[in-house]
Amino acid sequence: MIELRTLQEHIRAAVGARRPLRIRGGGSKDFYGGRLEGELLDVSPLSGITHCEPTELVIAARAGTPLRELERELAAHEQMLAFEPPRFDGRATLGGCVASGLSGPRRPHCGAVRDFLLGVEMIDGRGRLLHFGGKVIKNVAGFDVSRLMAGSLGTLGLLTEITLKTVPRPRAECTLQFQMEQAQALESMTLWGGRPLPISATAWHQGVLRVRLAGAEAAVRAACASLGGEVMDGADEYWESVREQRLTFFSGARELWRISLPAHSPVLAASEPTLIEWGGSLRWLAGEQDGSALREHVMRLGGHVTLYRAPVKPPEGPFQPLSAAMLSLHKRLKGAFDPHGIFNPGRLHPDL
Amino acid sequence: MVIDRLRRLLPADAILSSAEELKPYECDALTLYRQTPLAVALPADETQVSAVLKTCHEAGVPVIARGAGTGLSGGATPRPDAVLMSLARLNRIISLEPLARTARVQPGVRNLAISEAAAPHGLYYAPDPSSQIACTIGGNVAENSGGVHCLKYGLTVHNVLALRLATIEGDVLEIGSQALDAPGYDLLALLTGSEGLLGVVTEVTVRLIPRPQCARVVLAAFDSLAKAGQAVADVIAAGIIPAGLEMMDRPTIAAVEPFVHAGYPLDAEAILLCESDGTAHEVEEEILRVEAVMRRAGSTDCRVSRDEAERLRFWAGRKAAFPAMGALSPDYYCMDGSIPRKRLASVLQAIRDMEVRYGLRCTNVFHAGDGNLHPLILFDSNIADEVVRAEAFGGEILELCVREGGSITGEHGVGMEKINQMCVQFASGELETFHEVKRAFDDRGLLNPGKAVPTLHRCAELGRLHVRGGQLPHPELPRF
Repeated sequence: MIELRTLQEHIRAAVGARRPLRIRGGGSKDFYGGRLEGELLDVSPLSGITHCEPTELVIAARAGTPLRELERELAAHEQMLAFEPPRFDGRATLGGCVASGLSGPRRPHCGAVRDFLLGVEMIDGRGRLLHFGGKVIKNVAGFDVSRLMAGSLGTLGLLTEITLKTVPRPRAECTLQFQMEQAQALESMTLWGGRPLPISATAWHQGVLRVRLAGAEAAVRAACASLGGEVMDGADEYWESVREQRLTFFSGARELWRISLPAHSPVLAASEPTLIEWGGSLRWLAGEQDGSALREHVMRLGGHVTLYRAPVKPPEGPFQPLSAAMLSLHKRLKGAFDPHGIFNPGRLHPDL
Repeated sequence: MVIDRLRRLLPADAILSSAEELKPYECDALTLYRQTPLAVALPADETQVSAVLKTCHEAGVPVIARGAGTGLSGGATPRPDAVLMSLARLNRIISLEPLARTARVQPGVRNLAISEAAAPHGLYYAPDPSSQIACTIGGNVAENSGGVHCLKYGLTVHNVLALRLATIEGDVLEIGSQALDAPGYDLLALLTGSEGLLGVVTEVTVRLIPRPQCARVVLAAFDSLAKAGQAVADVIAAGIIPAGLEMMDRPTIAAVEPFVHAGYPLDAEAILLCESDGTAHEVEEEILRVEAVMRRAGSTDCRVSRDEAERLRFWAGRKAAFPAMGALSPDYYCMDGSIPRKRLASVLQAIRDMEVRYGLRCTNVFHAGDGNLHPLILFDSNIADEVVRAEAFGGEILELCVREGGSITGEHGVGMEKINQMCVQFASGELETFHEVKRAFDDRGLLNPGKAVPTLHRCAELGRLHVRGGQLPHPELPRF
């Protein structure tokens, strides 16, 4: 265990010496985001569940707590993290989960990491220990700084404790598969998304659309009957491998591009293999791409592109560029939390 | 003079300055505080909104945005030195995409109007604050409004995909996206609930969801608050996330029943309304489970709505709770605080004790599903002393909420009303951070000044200092 005071002093010393810090939990997402710069600040000793109250739908834990530990505790109470964050071989920590803001297959049907964030304890770039949000769902006092932390990639401060809203596990689950080409799969996902079906995940790859249904037994049974298709065996393992990116499509890719766009967008012309999730709003492209052409095209469709995984991180950063006005606001906001720019420089944007 | 400059920018009927014209804007739904604004601007579109902001920024004049003026915390209370900008004329639904299940709307569009427009497509906009017939989506974004169904369907922040935001300098930023995420910081989350302090929303893209096929509600009566509170916990523990879970206490039941004739049992200490929605199968299964939980928890009377008319009747009382207070008292002060659900019984007991101490009655409705409490303090504003006592009573309830691990505001916002209690919920570090965030957006502090985030000086002056871990905050300030 590491004392918060120790961390505060360490941060203040780094500020004094203008020495950047690289925050790391399990290092499971080192591949993700911009450059890794700074002296390593290992948060993994800051671990342990601090509050778990299933009937309040709340769990709180220190940032270095492995996600696996959290999920085991929740499973014992028939609960789960609704947004299905990847654990990446068990190394992922709660802090990294929130800082990276990466959600799994269930995301479009229940919400993202930030939708379940109730509160954070953090140390800012002045070494101050701060508490935002709390342990209750209905809390609109002050600016929503806790939710701002989701996806901020550690650039706004060191998360030390995080409180999340939990959900009950579904009582029944069933995955259906359909032989379909991409265009038809996109159309089907759009259509079914508008119907009251208990869909909890979708994925299309190599001519097969898979749809996971979850919820009340009667509802799942009725949905299976109305949708048809073929019931899939080993569905749990399949969805795990989607969530953890263990499918060959992911693990075999030299470059992996993440395209986030409106679900009903048309088929993207691409020569490389693609895997589609989130009802069509998350599309993965494997292999080398003309990044700027892709970004331009996707932007016009209302989306954005991330070079999710590559052998070398590009100097301009992996994310869709921000407009000048947005970047300016981002710099001011960063300055509000980390005036001396010591936390994870370059991780979210090369200039932040 | 800024009014002259605004008159040159906007049509004649878009700037109000005479006493009679300004009167309707002197307060929002927190009628305890009234002020005449410097002027009222009624821009018709985003371009005019930007122009008003730019002009006021150049003149150093503050701007207070207002939707429908239904806010309960004084977020739109004017100031004599500030221009009150009403977004009421930005009331168009720009587009509604049934396949994408989104709608792009202007900030002055009423919450319910969005659902009404989506209805022909079998869709609706889920967050349903009780003022939804009148409140605007822009106001909902400013407060991060909730409503009865937010436990299952989320708050405003969970149902908004994108915004256009006019900054105090008059620039317009696109925040969020029609995709499920956007690059950079989650400004959408930061802006939702920012109470008009960081910018003015000029367009909102909301998420629409399929209308549930059916809904039924369980009405369960209990002979003690403790049992009712336990039943709430039991529902959640059973893995049920109801569409709505509301509680009313005995005085509230007594006040509403003669008003709505919903058939509430008058001898109950508390009643729970637990709604289930979804497909017919889902609802059938869930209602059975809810009934079982209620019976096991000791419900003295448990009924299930037999049809839509009965369901609406069961809800009528809950919805009439606030207006029904009018029969009990010339005035009432609606509080808004949140607590962990399990603390309900003890908090209600503490409120009963406060009733005696303050010599005022307080009835309670409670979003039991998510721990959001609405104590209604009854008083007579003609008796000067009662206003002061009502405010003190309210302040004490909020401080109790914080002590119990909750928040001073679950959905109504801080506004003017709870600005002092912010000094209790937050320490100086957090308040300073809020000020820094504010400065990042509005360096001169022109957007809705004096609301939501207190200065450290205010906290110190009030003497309501938050002591965390035995350490006195603001150690840099002298005390004597």
